[in-house]
This record gives sequence, C-alpha cells and structure tokens, in this order.
Amino acid sequence: MTVPLSYYLVLSGIVFLTGFVGVLLRRNIIIILLSVELMLNATNINFVAFSQYFHDVAGQVFVFFALTVAAAEVAVGLAIIIALYRAKSAINIDEFQLLKW
Amino acid sequence: MEQVFFFYFALVIAAASVLVVALRNPIYSALALLIMFFHVAGLYVTLHAEFLAAVQIIVYAGAILVLYLFVVMLLNLRQDDRYHRQWPMAGIVGATLVIEAIILTVMKGWTAPVVAAGTETTVGATTNAGAIGDVLYSTYLFPFEVASLILLVAMIGAIMLAKKDIVEVNSEG
Repeated sequence: MTVPLSYYLVLSGIVFLTGFVGVLLRRNIIIILLSVELMLNATNINFVAFSQYFHDVAGQVFVFFALTVAAAEVAVGLAIIIALYRAKSAINIDEFQLLKW
Repeated sequence: MEQVFFFYFALVIAAASVLVVALRNPIYSALALLIMFFHVAGLYVTLHAEFLAAVQIIVYAGAILVLYLFVVMLLNLRQDDRYHRQWPMAGIVGATLVIEAIILTVMKGWTAPVVAAGTETTVGATTNAGAIGDVLYSTYLFPFEVASLILLVAMIGAIMLAKKDIVEVNSEG
C-alpha cells in the first residue's frame, strides 16, 4: 500500500505555512532565517515526492540546486546578522527601521 | 507498512516545524529544526532518494545548522518578546492562505495528476546516486556550473560582510 502523492503535498503545505507564519510573526532575525529554511525544505519534499511519482530524476536534481542556494543564503544571511549585531547590538527586526517609510 | 513510516515522519516533521516557530529560545528552535531535517532525510529514504537523504544530513544537519548554532552562541542573545506588532496583518494573510489551500484541495477533489509518459530521464543507471549524476553532468551541466558560481559569490560576500575592520573603517571615516 503506497502513500498517495496528495499526502506529501499536504505535509509540504503544512510545513510551508508554518515557515511563512514564522517569517511574519517572529521578531528574532535568526528565527526568521530558520523559518525560511522550513519553507525551502517544504518545497524540497514536494520536489522529491513528484520526482518519485513521475519516475523522473530531474526533481531530485532541482533539490540539489535548492540545497546549494540554501547554503549560500545561510552564509550571507548570517554574515548580515553579525554585521547588524555589530552596528546595533540587537537582532530584533523592530530595531532596524532605516528603510521603513 | 509504508504508510506507517510516512505518518511517523510526517507527524514529527509537522510538530518539529511548529516548535521551530513557537519556541522562545533560538537554540531550542535550531535543535527542533535539526530533528526536522533528520526526519525529512528519513522521508527521502522512503521516497527512494537515498542520495538526497545523505546530502540532507551532511549539508543541512552537518553544515547549515552548525553555522546557525555557532552564530546564536556567538551573539549571546537575551530572550525577548516573541512576536512583533504586525501580527494582526500576518494573521489575515495567513488565514487567507489557509482558506485558499483548503478550497484548492477540496476543488481538486484529491485527484492525482496524470503520469507523463516518455519523460523518464533515468538512463542506464542502477543506483539513485548514479541516476542523479547522469542527469546532473549531462542535461543540467550549465546550472551545475552556475551553482558553483553562486557558492563562490556567497563565500566572498559572507567574508566581506563579516570582516571586522571594514565596518570599523566605515564608522570611523
């Protein structure tokens, strides 16, 4: 008895929504970056599930690229957080309002 | 049997992702994310993507999460308020998305998509890693090179952003 594709889509939707809510709700920049990781993982689950369903390995190759981009995003994002912390000694996003109208 | 494994992994993934968002301490959030990464790797194994499961553990759990924990401990954060002021707006947007998802799933009536015929790209490879390698180094060779360029740019950018004396020179001058 195999698992239907829709189960994977629902799981990925739940994880993506959780990450989305986290990005909108939390004030800590590190948690926001963690929530972005959640969303990337949700899309990866989707890719792998479709790859298995269609018997096409291209979906797994795309997960590979998404992983590369996630690694780059983490490196640059954490460097930005460290630079921000040096400038303001805080990482709450409420403290950074320079670009707000 | 397969469904038992799926429901176990799905339950832990969903619970851990909720914990990532809900926990107050960033270190606990990162550890919840670690649990989630391991279970996503397990889900990949049940989907016969063994190579990606290994890469998931090595890259996500081994590299990315260690980087997160490193920065969290480096910054020595105090615990502070969890949610900021735009949460009513966030609630509206989130509720809209949830309703849209529910409507879409109900409207589609849980029908499975049609399997496209003749698009199989697994050519003459026996293992999962071999199949990925075949496609990655032939069809997706150019994106593969672009990915290496992205990593190079990210590395240089991270070093330049986190370098201390650049910030100091700018603030003094």
